[in-house]
Amino acid sequence: MIPLQPPRRLVDVQIDGETVRVPEGSTILDACHAAGKDVPTLCYGDTLTPKNACRVCVVEVEGSRTLAPACSRKVEAGMNVGTDTERARHSRKVVLELLGSSVDLSTTPEAAGWIEEYGAEPGRFGDDAATVEQPAKVDNDLYVRDYSKCIMCYKCVDACGDQWQNSFAIAVAGRGFDSHISTEFDAPLTDSACVYCGNCVEVCPTGALSFKSEFDMRAAGTWDESQQTRTTTICSYCGVGCNLTLHVQDNKIVKVTSPHDNPVTKGNLCVKGRFGYGYV
Amino acid sequence: MSYDRLTRPLVREDGVLREATWEEALTRAAEGFRRNVDKHGPDSFAMLSCARSTNEMNYVGQKFTRVVIGTNNVDSCNRTCHAPSVAGLSAVFGSGGGTSSYQEVEDTDVIVMWGSAARNAHPIFFQHVLKGIHNGARMFAVDPRRTGTAQWADLWLGLNVGTDIPLAHAIAREIIHAGLHNQEFIERATTGFEEFRECVEPWTLSAAEQVTGVPAHAIRELAHAYARADRAQMCWTLGITEHHNATDNVRALINLSLLTGHVGRYGSGLSPLRGQNNVQGGGDMGAIPNRLPGFQDILDPSIRQKFETAWGVGIQPRYGHNLTEMLEAMAEGEVTTCYLIGENPVQSEADSLACIKRLSMLDHLVVQDIFLTKTAQMADVVLPASAAWCEADGTFTNSERRVQRVRKALDPPGEARDDIWIMCELARRLGHDWHYDGAEEVWNELRALSPDHTGMTYRRLEDLHGIQWPCPSEDSVEPPYLHGRLWESDPVRRGTPAPFAVLRHSPPVDLLDEEYPLRLTTGRRLDSYNTGVQSSGFASPLRRGETIELSPEDAERLGLVAGEEVRISSRRGSVVAPVFIDPGLRPGLVFMTFHFPDEVDTNALTIEATCPIAGTAEFKAAAVRVEKLVKAG
Repeated sequence: MIPLQPPRRLVDVQIDGETVRVPEGSTILDACHAAGKDVPTLCYGDTLTPKNACRVCVVEVEGSRTLAPACSRKVEAGMNVGTDTERARHSRKVVLELLGSSVDLSTTPEAAGWIEEYGAEPGRFGDDAATVEQPAKVDNDLYVRDYSKCIMCYKCVDACGDQWQNSFAIAVAGRGFDSHISTEFDAPLTDSACVYCGNCVEVCPTGALSFKSEFDMRAAGTWDESQQTRTTTICSYCGVGCNLTLHVQDNKIVKVTSPHDNPVTKGNLCVKGRFGYGYV
Repeated sequence: MSYDRLTRPLVREDGVLREATWEEALTRAAEGFRRNVDKHGPDSFAMLSCARSTNEMNYVGQKFTRVVIGTNNVDSCNRTCHAPSVAGLSAVFGSGGGTSSYQEVEDTDVIVMWGSAARNAHPIFFQHVLKGIHNGARMFAVDPRRTGTAQWADLWLGLNVGTDIPLAHAIAREIIHAGLHNQEFIERATTGFEEFRECVEPWTLSAAEQVTGVPAHAIRELAHAYARADRAQMCWTLGITEHHNATDNVRALINLSLLTGHVGRYGSGLSPLRGQNNVQGGGDMGAIPNRLPGFQDILDPSIRQKFETAWGVGIQPRYGHNLTEMLEAMAEGEVTTCYLIGENPVQSEADSLACIKRLSMLDHLVVQDIFLTKTAQMADVVLPASAAWCEADGTFTNSERRVQRVRKALDPPGEARDDIWIMCELARRLGHDWHYDGAEEVWNELRALSPDHTGMTYRRLEDLHGIQWPCPSEDSVEPPYLHGRLWESDPVRRGTPAPFAVLRHSPPVDLLDEEYPLRLTTGRRLDSYNTGVQSSGFASPLRRGETIELSPEDAERLGLVAGEEVRISSRRGSVVAPVFIDPGLRPGLVFMTFHFPDEVDTNALTIEATCPIAGTAEFKAAAVRVEKLVKAG
């Protein structure tokens, strides 16, 4: 006998006036996806518990005093959600302006499109607006931490911590605008508890964490995703059977990710699977 | 040191390997096989198939051995790791796979990690264990070393190397005396309980404490937790199987599951964690001397007939040589030619010097690999292959019996070719006009012959994220665990009961004495792999080369400091390595890996005492001494 999950009731919710039926316990974001609505997200991760850090996915829920984060708010029967109301759009615009003025979003997928879509003007705080600009930390040959691109979404901390890797090599240090992701005592990675699984890089939404191979190729101007193929195969090391997605450019592996919906890996790998391809 | 990929075929001329065309190399390889088979018969041939390569390659490899050559002398490196698990599980349940799925570890109540440093050796499996722990499961680590796994355990049972059977027996005795055994399951689904009860009776908690070094109360606690749990998982790795009595070790753990009914149910089961990407699949495909594809017994005439009809040749009605027997047969001059695919026995076998001697006695050695390994350097013909996992299409089978698709992402370098293409070319030169249009055609041939794989079309494997065997039908998926039949009330559906094993304690062969007072055990590190041929190719910040790891107590007694080079000697050989002090080791126990054989040949120390049933060598227990180097001048 295989224990079945308890059956879930289906509930009806209104998304922008359209009725959608989703299982009880789904988030508004799930319902939006079911309705074919595109809601922007940054700190949301499909393998992680929502952290509600970025506020870019906020929507208007009828009867709710404040805007609700779509990624974590659960649907309720009869809920009436507006994803594209003036209030939601305005909030997203300000969020994008605050992020865009302080953080380098140049490698954040879709950020430029959102900034245009919502009419955000990150420059309007002036040239002396505070930023997190700083040199990239290159302290090992496997991955790079460029915190001038960090939006403090906490996803790397959760992936390194009790949600997946349980290595606890990084955490949030500091307060307010000075808060930042750090190893213990800000030591180099090589002196930290890091085991180089790269599961933090896997979930980073902005490119603040990137594989050294990608970082170097971007610096040299040779990184070209339009020339890359992605092929999912199985790791060649131990017998666990982890799924690897090989990103290949010019018949060379340039980075390795892992499919998030696979029952073996759930988007995670170890140092060998993630980086041990140098011999092919 | 890192290796360059092989890009051209090589043949030996005047004692040295030189580059050759494919035509010349294939002809030379085939002629050598033919010469030896004509002269000494098909049993003078042995194939070592590749546990790293695809199921499809292994299927073709064993077919080459059985059809083109006509012998059952085919095996793979599963012999050096998990053959005892397969032997033990198939002796009890009729099937050699682990009985559980990774997901069940997350949903279980008690997890026993026995001889398994999974935190470092199987990190992603251990993530499932951690989910289980976070979900409230209790985890027990049984290991001589206080490993990364043990750091997450409720209780660490640090036993003396090679005392697994006394510990398991004491757990069983305690369960029986506390009345916690599953009487109903034992009566309905097992045989031999009375004999088993008698054989564990001498192993009281205090007797076991004396032999194993584990405190009696810890043994009692594990026994009670395991027996009382609603669901419990028993997981093991090479700490159980790399011993001279490894199959007995495996049977000792299986006994515990039979005693408590922790098998054949969701969340309760037995999980050997396989060490190589396709070591499960290699055996499933019949690349072992006693089974045809689909793990079907060669001695069964109706099975043989099915394959004889499909392949159009007779199959020898007897088991072939396993890897260990092959090496012995080389020394005896019975095996004179060997086709070795993707294996590096010169560096991976215990007692490596003896292995080199045996391979050098061959008349004709063909090595097919992606690197010019130490083994390939001894070959008469070297055939450059593709790296299966990213340069070929096919499937691998993982530790939870899940068959998953492998896809080609890269073109192999230079003239390196796909394994299956190479074998078909050799078969053609030996009178069998083989041709496969891609891996899927091989797979469909296998599906027609193996009921366990019949329902696994490539399409379904893709859609379902892989499928666990058995999968006899294209219309359904079986439960994720095996042997649910043992719980059936109808005796016919329940089938053959599972036998308890009566076992005796047999301490490690390499005895400790005044000359060799320390127990050396071997294992893997997180960022490196086996003989290091693959994993040396990336710049891991964690890598620190080979060391001899000692307890702080032993280091102090011997007057050694971290980083100091010392000589480590066993009754077989001697190496030099720097000292690393690990507080996770108990006094008397030292540890080395075998990841850096070009710098430190750890397997010059290990003993080739092998399990008589499965043929696995006792990598986990050598007797050594550690000495300060005397500085010249």
